[in-house]
Amino acid sequence: MNIQKVTTILEHKIQDLGATVIDGINGLGAISLFTSRFFYWSFKRPYRNHLLFEQLFFIGNKSLLIILLAGMFTGMVLATQTYFGFKLINVDSLVGAIVAISLSKELAPVLTGLIVAGRAGSAMAAQIGSMKVTEQIDALEVMGINSVQYLAVPRIIAATIAVPMLSIVFLFIGNFGSWLVGTKTLLIDEALFFSKLGDFMYVSDIAQGVIKASVFGFVIAVIGTYFGFQVEKGAVGVGRGTNLAVVWGMISVLILDYFLTSFLVKIL
Amino acid sequence: MLTFENPAISFKNVTKKFGEHVILHNLNFDIPRNKIVTILGFSGAGKSTLLKHILGILHPSEGTVIVLGKNLEELSKEELRDFRRNFGMLFQYAALFDSFTAEENVAFPLREFTELKNEEIKTKVHDLLISVGIKEESFQKLPSELSGGMRKRVGLARALALTPNIMLYDEPTTGLDPITTKMVNNLIVETATNHSDREMTSVIISHDVKATLEISDYIAFLDRGKIIEYLPVSEFKNSTNPLVQEFLRL
Repeated sequence: MNIQKVTTILEHKIQDLGATVIDGINGLGAISLFTSRFFYWSFKRPYRNHLLFEQLFFIGNKSLLIILLAGMFTGMVLATQTYFGFKLINVDSLVGAIVAISLSKELAPVLTGLIVAGRAGSAMAAQIGSMKVTEQIDALEVMGINSVQYLAVPRIIAATIAVPMLSIVFLFIGNFGSWLVGTKTLLIDEALFFSKLGDFMYVSDIAQGVIKASVFGFVIAVIGTYFGFQVEKGAVGVGRGTNLAVVWGMISVLILDYFLTSFLVKIL
Repeated sequence: MLTFENPAISFKNVTKKFGEHVILHNLNFDIPRNKIVTILGFSGAGKSTLLKHILGILHPSEGTVIVLGKNLEELSKEELRDFRRNFGMLFQYAALFDSFTAEENVAFPLREFTELKNEEIKTKVHDLLISVGIKEESFQKLPSELSGGMRKRVGLARALALTPNIMLYDEPTTGLDPITTKMVNNLIVETATNHSDREMTSVIISHDVKATLEISDYIAFLDRGKIIEYLPVSEFKNSTNPLVQEFLRL
């Protein structure tokens, strides 16, 4: 391969990389602009509370069963794994406390976020996307109704409220699972289990999880609704928008988790 | 080119560009009040872009669009949003909200923009649905349970709910069978004529020549962003423009 060919290939690679970076920056800019429109329209009348409650029901109530199942088994698995590790150094009485702290700070908000991104984030993109391709959004605009205010605002506010609530449910049911396995199957002393839990667990641990879950809810809904509004080209576009909403919703939860943790451990 | 006194809609030197691509070229034409005017043209001629300018969804790169005496560019976003209540629009596929029943679809603008009580809304919705030929047993049906023609009727009832002064029809007969096409055409004419109490201007975007000739008062022919012919329907049939002639022969 001569030097000219190598240079051309390198040029193309650099161009592709540049184009990807520019696309990424454009995408971030577009989402930021969309978020600013959300804030603008959130404070504008009319406030459609019935839409907010509909979305709270959809995101919160309809995710409850899957959150209960996931929380219960996460707590049980975590207790089992921790028990066998801690038993080696005779600190198995700390199982309840360790599981509770792990759940409250990390697992409850992150797993709830991932579940909601998969279930509600995808549904938001699919609903809004199909409304876009069937001109229902145009119909709203022609009637003089702002589509961001009507479709995005209630979904984003509802997710910001519902995800921390689901995360608290996840935390409690996870601890219940941990207690069940820890004291009934692994035979950890119940009094010790609760006493250590009380010694090591603080309200700030729960607060950290709740704050994270609120941010995750907000971001998942912004991404879900944003990709819904970006849908073009019929059913294929709806599928693509839904897929992007789930992928970016989940990735955002995981990336944000690191930055939020770094920030919250310093202030709480 | 035709000009009218106090037109409902007026395009003055309107050019629309998307980047380097010019969609509308220096359009100058009026749409008279209380008439049915059809914008005819091939796909990609700029018809939908023109419609979006009437609604104020798009603004011209150059020139002005004046609707019911208002320059749309001078209106604030809120004023424009309120101003759009002067319009009713029937979309190509009706664009009914698919999670609402026929009745809820028609009630939607009334709930959003009026202070009417539930009972009053219900009565008005039923009157509107019956006026477009929807039977009572279909009031509670979802759009997915309605035929294409019925969806158009419900869409028209929804568009008429706020008693608009300008009705816009985007390809109203595209993809419909001949009987449904005739029904939709009759509805357009009835809608335009059965409102002696108020002004009603109808603008149709279409490439259905036969239907257009039957129901329009005036026809404008749009080609690559330019109005190349604009005549009363009787004269349009005898246009000497070769492109119009070709279109009429299709």
